[in-house]
Amino acid sequence: MNSPLTEKLFDLLKQVTGYIYPNEIEVHWGILIVVYPYLTGLVAGAFILASLVKVFNVKEVQPAYRLAMLTALAFLLIAPLPLLLHLGHPTRSYEIFLSPNFTSAMAMFGFVYAWYLMVVLILEIWFTYRKDLIVWSQGETGLMRWVHRVVALYSTDISDKAVEFDKKMVKGITIIGIPSAFLLHGYVGFIFGSIKANPWWSSVLMPIVFLFSAIVSGIALVLFLYMVVTPLRKEKIDIKCVDKMASFLFYAVIVDFSLELLDFIHRLYESEESIKILSDLVMNKLFISLGVLQVLLGMLLPLGVMVAIRLFKFEEELRKLLYFVSAILIQIGIFATRWNVVIGGQMFSKSFRGLTAYKMEIGGMEGFLMTLVLLSLPFIVLSILIKVLPPWEKPAKSTTEGGTMERTVIG
Amino acid sequence: MKSFLQKMPDALKRVLAVFVLVAGTAVLVRAVLPASLTDSRLHIKTTVEREMAHPVRYAGSEACADCHEEYKVKQGGYHKNLSCETCHGAAKEHSENPSDLKPKLPRMREFCAGCHTYNPSRPSGFPQVNPAAHNPRKVCIECHNPHDPKPTRTPRECSACHAEIARTKELSPHVQLECTTCHTVPQDHKLIPRSVRATIPSERSFCGKCHSKESGRKEAPKVDILTHGEKYLCWQCHYPHMPEVQ
Amino acid sequence: MERRRFLSKFLSIAASATVVSGFFKRAVASPDGYDPKGHYYGMGIQIDKCIGCGKCVEACKEENNVPKEPFFFRTWVERYVIKKEGETSVQNIDMRIERSNEVFSEKDIVRSFFVPKLCNQCDNPPCVQVCPVGATFKTEDGVILVDDERCIGCRYCIQACPYGARYLHPEKETADKCTFCYHRITKGLLPACVEVCPSQARIFGDVKSSASPLGRFKRMNKLHVLKPSLNTEPKVSYSGLDGEVR
Repeated sequence: MNSPLTEKLFDLLKQVTGYIYPNEIEVHWGILIVVYPYLTGLVAGAFILASLVKVFNVKEVQPAYRLAMLTALAFLLIAPLPLLLHLGHPTRSYEIFLSPNFTSAMAMFGFVYAWYLMVVLILEIWFTYRKDLIVWSQGETGLMRWVHRVVALYSTDISDKAVEFDKKMVKGITIIGIPSAFLLHGYVGFIFGSIKANPWWSSVLMPIVFLFSAIVSGIALVLFLYMVVTPLRKEKIDIKCVDKMASFLFYAVIVDFSLELLDFIHRLYESEESIKILSDLVMNKLFISLGVLQVLLGMLLPLGVMVAIRLFKFEEELRKLLYFVSAILIQIGIFATRWNVVIGGQMFSKSFRGLTAYKMEIGGMEGFLMTLVLLSLPFIVLSILIKVLPPWEKPAKSTTEGGTMERTVIG
Repeated sequence: MKSFLQKMPDALKRVLAVFVLVAGTAVLVRAVLPASLTDSRLHIKTTVEREMAHPVRYAGSEACADCHEEYKVKQGGYHKNLSCETCHGAAKEHSENPSDLKPKLPRMREFCAGCHTYNPSRPSGFPQVNPAAHNPRKVCIECHNPHDPKPTRTPRECSACHAEIARTKELSPHVQLECTTCHTVPQDHKLIPRSVRATIPSERSFCGKCHSKESGRKEAPKVDILTHGEKYLCWQCHYPHMPEVQ
Repeated sequence: MERRRFLSKFLSIAASATVVSGFFKRAVASPDGYDPKGHYYGMGIQIDKCIGCGKCVEACKEENNVPKEPFFFRTWVERYVIKKEGETSVQNIDMRIERSNEVFSEKDIVRSFFVPKLCNQCDNPPCVQVCPVGATFKTEDGVILVDDERCIGCRYCIQACPYGARYLHPEKETADKCTFCYHRITKGLLPACVEVCPSQARIFGDVKSSASPLGRFKRMNKLHVLKPSLNTEPKVSYSGLDGEVR
């Protein structure tokens, strides 16, 4: 009697080419570990976009500032879930806090995560929203009033001096926040980049490549969300805001592309022992996901579109459409990037003599459906967050009216 | 101190209070937890103890020597370096309960063939046969005592000392040749082998007796002795006890 | 089965709090008669002696409850065939998989040999470095062990091992690997693979002791380790290792 696992492995055995070490047949980090850096990347990217507003005073992006912060929070709350689910013993995960091994990059996860969540994101959001929370709760009744009051920690001071202090704090936290966001995703890159056993991962550029691809994906996500949510609210998309975000996106994509190109050329030029198996890997196993999805559709095409937008003065509607399409393409591309790193790094043998295969299941803990659930969970969390903490900067309207309107539109 | 607290903005006070609460709880929980959860030295100790308590399945050869006569026989033969459990399987349980739990007694040809089937990857000195050609119907242990296996065909006098060569030759196309076909052995070689040596061929023409085109030996592969690898002596490229047929 | 695993995983997350309390008592008697301070273990492997019989693999699986399927090995044997066209073919010796005993025409082979592999018990172990919870560690006597009661099954160590020596135990869902048969060596027995090896291809002992078979092995041979460029400092060394072996 074979268990489903061994049956699957016997099946995979037929797809192995060349020689792999016998223990290597099982691809240990599956789709969930693809989702994890993808989600964290979105967090870091969205936060860095938001930080641009505060630190560099980019006024144009102000309308998307709060949305970006909430997006970062929503994705950060879900990010550890795929990690947890993939563990052989999720019930033992607390050990990472109780007896962490300080030489392990992964052990630092808990601390980096807690720092980022508690000290950076939540704090910044709290100071941003504090005044609004107080104002809202004054004009509300029932549950919402209580929620807002508790979230505001029962503070009531909305004097100019207090509001001024809030602003100062936000700016201060953002300044700590940018390196923290770099840390959060750079560290995820380090988890892979520091594995000397794996030549596909082992690269000093890995954390930086991760970081810039994170910024790309985060900006693209906020751009996408802003363009979806604003029409839903029956408001007008602020084209200046979208233009500015797109130009940031453009620069980020250029840096990301250059870094990845550098990595590629460097590997090819150094042509180390592993070069033969890695080129086999790219040509046979990753051709679609790397060549087509990541580079062509996810990077070159959006880059071309954005260059075209800069060269020719397209009209507003067309520009919006192109931005929208580019943002989606970039999301696909960055997801493919994560796939290529995580799955790609396990499809060749460390004997450099053969390739194995990865077969995603449909159901089950590490299957396709679970991935869909994990990818949609942040959006559900985000919609709840938007309900509780409406991120729209309201002009001098009556707050009660604004509050109820928000809820009817989103709900 | 008091004035400092008073000067501190109200919002900051509230945030700090929450932080102190969270951090305090974390510190408190960490302090209350028992060492079995947090002390990695303790974890290492218990793991080592658990690992050491793992049951032994292979008893080791010394355990067999106490009861089994065959052990002594084995120690005198070619299988002297084999552990009993290499063939008889894990026998710790048998050593503790000798009458009830008997170890394996492999008698099939396939078992011996597992090690002694010819395989080009095996070291050349290791005794190997082609099971399809080597008395295919007989069980190995009919002719060879597994506790004292002996090769049966090579001329005893030479193989007594040159066992490895004899075994190698057994697998080679030269299997039919007597040692004396190529070597002349003075009687005294057996008494003082290092002082009185057997002869070894010194010229290409010696191999040519069988392998040149002019030779009458039909079964031997032929080469043009004048042009084939002319610079070299035959045995610089071909090992005569196992000449690779190219 | 899959669904049950899924459910149980979910339930177990919910119940993690109760599991914490289960950790409180863990009493193990202290080991007597063995002092790890006096030892530092290593292994020597003589490529020229390995006959590729696979007895070591079998014995290891038997001794250590390694799952029988051909995807989980604490030790395994590779067969290398370097062919005339310069192409190298490698297989894992496993009687279950037909491909592993592929027959080559001798004419095409330049050289061929077997290479036993196992955890190298690195002195600078990358697996220990990356374990987030410190569940894998180096003992005083130099063996790398896994605490299967604390391993969280993240598989980072499996990724970090350059030799493919680790696997995730399919039932325990924790990382598993060669322990040099820690339960045997601490009782003065040999590791099971060394015990059953019929040709003394594996030599086990103390790396510091020179008056031992391992000491002799180190004096008499030119030695090499696997992937030295990674600076893992393996304590398993090979004699007669071919450059094709990775």
